Amino acid sequence: MIRPDAELLLEITDLHAAVEDKPILKGVNLQVRAGEIHAVMGRNGSGKSTLSKVLAGHPAYRVTGGSVRYRSQDLFELEPEERARLGVFLGFQYPVEIPGVSNLEFLRVATNARREKQGSEELDTFAFEDHVREKLAVVQMDPAFLERSVNEGFSGGEKKRNEILQMALLEPVVSILDETDSGLDIDALRIVAGGVNQLATTDNATLLITHYQRLLDEITPDYVHVMAAGRILRTGGRELALELEQTGYDWVDKELAAQGVA
Amino acid sequence: MTSSSTKDLVSQPYKYGFVTEIETDKIAKGLSEDVVRLISAKKEEPDFLLQFRLRAFRNWLTLEEPDWAELGYPEIDYQNIVYYAAPKQQDKKASLDEVDPKLLETFDKLGIPLSEQKRLSNVAVDAVFDSVSIATTYKEKLAEHGVVFCSFSEAVKEHPELIERYLGSVVSSNDNYFAALNSAVFSDGSFVFIPKGVECPMELSTYFRINSGDTGQFERTLIVAEEGASVSYLEGCTAPMFDTNQLHAAVVELVVLDDASIKYSTVQNWYAGDENGVGGIYNFVTKRGQCRGARSRISWTQVETGSAITWKYPSCLLQGADSVGEFYSVALTNNCQQADTGTKMVHVGPRTRSTIVSKGISAGRSSNSYRGLVQMGRNAKGARNYSQCDSMLIGDQAAANTYPYIRSQQPQAAIEHEASTCRISEDQLFYLQSRGIGFEEAVSMMVSGFCRDVFNQLPMEFAAEADKLLALKLEGSVG
Repeated sequence: MIRPDAELLLEITDLHAAVEDKPILKGVNLQVRAGEIHAVMGRNGSGKSTLSKVLAGHPAYRVTGGSVRYRSQDLFELEPEERARLGVFLGFQYPVEIPGVSNLEFLRVATNARREKQGSEELDTFAFEDHVREKLAVVQMDPAFLERSVNEGFSGGEKKRNEILQMALLEPVVSILDETDSGLDIDALRIVAGGVNQLATTDNATLLITHYQRLLDEITPDYVHVMAAGRILRTGGRELALELEQTGYDWVDKELAAQGVA
Repeated sequence: MTSSSTKDLVSQPYKYGFVTEIETDKIAKGLSEDVVRLISAKKEEPDFLLQFRLRAFRNWLTLEEPDWAELGYPEIDYQNIVYYAAPKQQDKKASLDEVDPKLLETFDKLGIPLSEQKRLSNVAVDAVFDSVSIATTYKEKLAEHGVVFCSFSEAVKEHPELIERYLGSVVSSNDNYFAALNSAVFSDGSFVFIPKGVECPMELSTYFRINSGDTGQFERTLIVAEEGASVSYLEGCTAPMFDTNQLHAAVVELVVLDDASIKYSTVQNWYAGDENGVGGIYNFVTKRGQCRGARSRISWTQVETGSAITWKYPSCLLQGADSVGEFYSVALTNNCQQADTGTKMVHVGPRTRSTIVSKGISAGRSSNSYRGLVQMGRNAKGARNYSQCDSMLIGDQAAANTYPYIRSQQPQAAIEHEASTCRISEDQLFYLQSRGIGFEEAVSMMVSGFCRDVFNQLPMEFAAEADKLLALKLEGSVG
C-alpha cells in the first residue's frame, strides 16, 4: 500500500559495494516506506542478491560508497546482529545448515534477542514452545522440524518455510526476501507467499528479490524495480513485471548499451 | 574467516591461575632410587608398596620416552623436577575444621567448597593439593553403604589388602614410560571401592590442584566395582599460571567385575600456557579400565580443554563376555596447545561391544589429534565396535588429525568407523548473526552443538559447566 506520508523505513542512496575488489553495486538508489511491497527483479549477476547481503551486513561484501539509512540510522554502523534485533530481516536464498544446533533453541534465542529490543519480555522454553506453535500455522509447517538441527536435511521447500517462520517470529520492520521462490514447486510457493502476505502490515515493508514473475502472481508489489549492472535501471508498478515476462530482459541490454554501460 | 572480532574472542584469561601462598614440605629436585625410597618412607608405606615402586623405577630406567605422538616439546629434564611436595599441616586432620583455612579457601575459589555448610549436597569430593589429598567429604555417609572413598595414602593404611590386590593389575608398572614413572613416585590420589551389589548413593569426585611451580604431579586413582556394583566418578583439574612447564603423569586403573559399571568423567582444565605457548602443563596420563566380569561396563567421558601437551588414551580391556566399553571425548585446543588423545578398545571376550565418540576442536595455531585402537581378539566372536571421530577447525591455522588403528583376528566381529572434518563457516556465522545472535554466542552455539553427543554423557551438574568452559576457552579464537 502506497502512502506518501508513511514512515520512510529504508533510504538507499548511491550505494556502491564490492566483493573481493570486484565492484558489484554501482549506485543503487531506493526508498522504502512503511506499508510498501517492493519487487527487485533482474537477471543473474545484476546485483540484486548482493544488495540483499549488503543490507544484512554479510562480511564478504564491502561497501565502497553511498549510504543506507534505516529509520534515519546509519545502517552500516550496525553489526549484522544489531540490524536483525532492530528489525531488518534477510530471508536467505540458500539457508545454511547448522548441524547440532537445535532449530527450536535457535529460534528461541533469535526471538528473544529481537524481543529484548522491542521491549517485550523474554520467553522461556515453555512459553516459547506455545508461541512458536502459533506461528507454525503461518507456513503450515510440521512441528517435527522444530526438533531437528537448523535446516539440516530439510528439503528446499522446508528451508524456505523455516525462513518465513523466522520472519513470523522476529516481526521485522523491513524484510528482504532473496529469491524466496527459487526451488519451490507451485504448492510450496503458494504457502510461502501466503505467509509473506499474512505478515505484511501497514507498519512494515517487504523487499522481494526475484527472478520471475510467478512470485508476483501471489504477492502483489506496489513497486517493481529492474536491476542491471549494479543499478536500478527502471522502476514502475506491477505492470512492469508483466511487461518483463512478455518481453524478457533483452531491452535491458539495449538500454545499457545506449547508456554505454554494457 | 575475515571478521577480526573473532580473534579477540579466545583470549579470556585463565581464571584458576592464582598461586596459594602456603608453606610446603618439599624434597630436593631430582630422581633416584633414594628419592623413591624417601617418598615411600615419608608416606610410611608397607614393604609391598616400596617394592612395587622400586620395580617400577628400575623398569623406568630401561624404557624410552614415547615419540610416536603428534606432539612436539623440548626435552623434559627429569632431574629438574621435585617429586614430592605437600602443604605443611598438623599431622593428621581429624576433621575438616583442622585443615589449613588457606587450603579450604583455595578450593572455595576453585568452586569446590569443602566445608560442611557449603559443600555440594549430592557429590562427595576428594581434594588433592600438589602431592597430597587434603580432605574427603561424606566419607562416613558413604561408609554406611560399605563404599570406601578416600585418598590413596589412607587406603594404603586402612585397606592394604585391597591395594595389594588391585594396584598395578590393570596398568602394570612397566606398561609405558609415564606409567612406570608414576608407579615409582606417585604421591597420592583417590581410592574407591564399591562392594558387591551396591549402587553408590552419590557422585564421587576428585579435584586435583597443582600449586607449586617446579613440582610434578603424579597421582594414582584406583576404582574397584565388585559384582553388580555401580558408581559415577568425576575428576577436575586446574593449576596456576607459571611460565615454566609442569609435568603431570597420572595413572588411573578401573576394575569392574560381573554386572558392575563405572562411569568415569573428566573435566581437564590444567593451565594451557599463554597465547605464545609459554608455560602450561605437560599432561601424560595412562587411564585404563578392565571389564573383568561378564556384562560389566566402563564408560569414559572426557572434556579436555587445558594443558600445553595432552597425551592420553583412556582405554577399555573388554574381557568379560558381553561387557561394554564406551569413550566419549571432547578435546579442545587453542593457541599453541597440542593434544594427542583417543582410546583403545581391546575386545577379548565374546559379544563385547564398544562405542567411541570423539569430537576434536582446534583453534588458533593448535594441533589436535585423535588416535584410537580397536582390537578384536581371537575369541571376540560377535563383538562390535562403532567409532565416530569428528573434527572442527576454527580459523585457518589449526590442525586436526585422525589416526584410527584397527586390528582384528576375529572374522565375526564388526567394526564401523566414521570420520568427518568441518570448519565453522563464515556463512553459518552470518546466518546466526542475521537472526540477532551475537558473534560469540553464535560460535559457542555451534561448538556446543558439535559436542552435544558427548556432553549428554556427563553428569547433569557438570554438563552445563562444560558448555560454559568451552565457550570461555574459545573466546577470541575465531579470526
